[in-house]
Amino acid sequence: MLSYFVRRVIAAIPVMLVVALFVFLLLRLSPGDPAAIIAGDMATPEQLARIRAALGLDEPLYIQFFVWLGELLRGDFGTSLISQTPVLTMIHQRLEPTLSLALVSILFTVLISVPLGVIAAWRHGSFIDNFVMSASVVGFSVPVFVIGYLLIQLFAIELRWFPVQGFRSLFDGVGPFVSRIVLPALTLSSIYIALISRMTRASMLEVLDEDYIRTARAKGLGERAVLFRHALRNAAVPILTVIGTGFALMVSGVVVTESVFNIPGLGRLIVDAVLARDYPVIQGLILLTSGLYVVINLLIDLSYAATDPRIRY
Amino acid sequence: MTIMYPGVLRHSRQLAVAAALGLGTLASPLVAEAATTIRGVMDSPLRMLDPIATTAHITRNHGYMVYDTLLGMDLDHQPRPQMADWTVSDDGMTYTFTLRDGLKWHDGAPVTAADCVASIQRWAARDAGGQMLMANVAELEASDDKTITLSLSKPFGYVLELLAKPSGVPAFMMPERIARTPADQVISEAIGSGPFKFVADEFQPGVQAVYEKFADYVPRSEPPNGTAGGKQVEVDRVEFVAMPDAQTAMNALQSGDIDFFEQVPIDLLPLLEGNDEIHTQVLNELGYQSMGRMNFLQPPFDDVNIRRAALTALGQGDVLAAMVGNPEYYETCGSVFGCGTPLADETGSQSLVDGGDPAKARQMLEEAGYDGTPVAILQATDVPILVAPPVVAAEQLRKAGFNVQLMPMDWQSIVARRVNQGPVAQGGWNMFFSNWIVQEVWNPINNPMLNGGGPGKAWFGWPEDEEIDRLRAEFAAATDEATQREVASRIQAHAMDYVSYVPLGQYRVVSAWRSELEGVRPAPVPEFWGVSKRQD
Repeated sequence: MLSYFVRRVIAAIPVMLVVALFVFLLLRLSPGDPAAIIAGDMATPEQLARIRAALGLDEPLYIQFFVWLGELLRGDFGTSLISQTPVLTMIHQRLEPTLSLALVSILFTVLISVPLGVIAAWRHGSFIDNFVMSASVVGFSVPVFVIGYLLIQLFAIELRWFPVQGFRSLFDGVGPFVSRIVLPALTLSSIYIALISRMTRASMLEVLDEDYIRTARAKGLGERAVLFRHALRNAAVPILTVIGTGFALMVSGVVVTESVFNIPGLGRLIVDAVLARDYPVIQGLILLTSGLYVVINLLIDLSYAATDPRIRY
Repeated sequence: MTIMYPGVLRHSRQLAVAAALGLGTLASPLVAEAATTIRGVMDSPLRMLDPIATTAHITRNHGYMVYDTLLGMDLDHQPRPQMADWTVSDDGMTYTFTLRDGLKWHDGAPVTAADCVASIQRWAARDAGGQMLMANVAELEASDDKTITLSLSKPFGYVLELLAKPSGVPAFMMPERIARTPADQVISEAIGSGPFKFVADEFQPGVQAVYEKFADYVPRSEPPNGTAGGKQVEVDRVEFVAMPDAQTAMNALQSGDIDFFEQVPIDLLPLLEGNDEIHTQVLNELGYQSMGRMNFLQPPFDDVNIRRAALTALGQGDVLAAMVGNPEYYETCGSVFGCGTPLADETGSQSLVDGGDPAKARQMLEEAGYDGTPVAILQATDVPILVAPPVVAAEQLRKAGFNVQLMPMDWQSIVARRVNQGPVAQGGWNMFFSNWIVQEVWNPINNPMLNGGGPGKAWFGWPEDEEIDRLRAEFAAATDEATQREVASRIQAHAMDYVSYVPLGQYRVVSAWRSELEGVRPAPVPEFWGVSKRQD
């Protein structure tokens, strides 16, 4: 297991280097000019040229790349062209809201969708099954922002149970944290609840017809033990894969939820950076997201061994 | 808001304590805010701190919080003393500014004339009006710690107006060590002498900017009036909070999460009607000028006759109706200097104001020998107020016989693309649309579209127009209002004939604030001095 882990970590290094090169080239070769954005509406061609020179954007591409790579190797992600703030500081400021939102959303997703999927498979063809399947179609189909606004209207404006927007750190107190994270997490998790409950149901249906389930029932095991100890463990590999990639997708795709609930997270940061062609921030964020995908894939692979004794590394 | 980092999560004891302390507050939806904190959602999030390097309005607003100006401008558009009083020599060639007592930088150092000279020099290197001023200045010096002397080499009638101008790039004063930074290099330190101190530790670019009352600020004794008068701060803190979604900001205003919303979308205004807790009002009564700009370097608009045909095809009413919707908040205006301004003059804009004349435009187009060259119009899709004008204008131009291609993209892509002077096939463009605060275009010196300096010096579109530059110089040299107005009228006539650009009318934006705020008043920029927050 340890040697597998080390090999995977070493294999991630060239992946990250390729990502770095690809991101750098993609950004520099796509249209855009941070100097024009900094200078604003009244810029003249002469002023733009001077700002480009001040930012080092008039240097040849390969020099810009190696300067950036050198800084990266020293652990310096650079400085935002727009705000002059270090990229790592900006990521630090935005990481906690996004991670909190993603973690709570994945918690809601697992707690709601797995039992729903198991029950739907167990009562295949019943009212509960039909209800879960219909609800999941709604979860897929209704855009996230609509769900967000509906939840705000009902729970924040009409019932006043929760604030309408904002984020509080967990270290400001559990109460403020929970009161502000529940609605956005429910919003963000809605599509994943729909996806994973269907996925769980399909996986469970496959294994529930297997001989070992029949054997388990024949030897007198209770339904709960049959479902959760025998069936779910065998159905878990595809479910874990979807949950893992779902978490990575959440971190990189929370922008709509962050905007609707005004959560100052990474999603908004990357959209702002892309719109402003803030190269160092975009590069830093894409590297971070790529690293996150690598780590999550590694954790998913390791979790297979924990749930399925047939898998060994 | 306190941001803690993930590494902290490892400390389980801290977590347990935090949990124990926080559980009791679960029932309360909101954490108590400091009683004298104003939280405002401004027109956009603050990302850049240097109000000289950029013209972004939010950075200008930040500038007025942190920095002060030598002169202010009152609501009658007259320069007034702010940091300094002034005298002018009898021949009008020497201006002497005297700093008032008690001025301090936020780091505690006294404000000196040398600081102000460096600040004027940095501002003038960046601002078009400042450059024009400095071209007429023989000497700018600190005569002593409190006296700044500006000697002209040629008569220049707009010295005070430029130093007092409230928008575009206002002449903010900074400590000399910061003001010595080249104007093209962005500064990240915000030390001013204004009524509020910037709280750098709490700044999160694109999320929030925090200002605290500057205890050592000595306001003038006059009541606030525009950017002039006393800047008496009545609250402890002001927070600019970013909310990218307007509906979220509306919800936050109604629930009391924020106190002030600078620009309420007109279509959302009905949601606030009948709410006694919310007050709505137009604060910048001159508002904005909408405009279209053609590319003078590329066909077909390199031909003045084709530009004239396009001008004849365009009409303001339809553009404004599609753009703003509610006629209470817009009106047609054919003046390149905006309407309601000292130099307003609508010469040459009759067809534009009356709604356009497609039949005449078609005839003009034929006479000009238009060969069907496509007109590539850049259309912003992500800024609601900029979405409609290109679409309506494209339809008006098509009716006159133009072959129009709309090119939808986000605004920042337009900002990047409009820099390109090449043909459309190589990433160029033929026309784009934007908006200006009227105070940014209200005279020939500030108005960027009236610069005829060609590809090297003019604003995007790059007209090479010696006549307009000659007229602007004549305007700058005029020292009495009657002559200035007469020259401005000739500039208006020339701009419409040459089609320097197409003014598309004037509109206003509405601000909203909770009734706990008292003292919010009309001004060219959002002002938080003189505003108090009632504590219920």
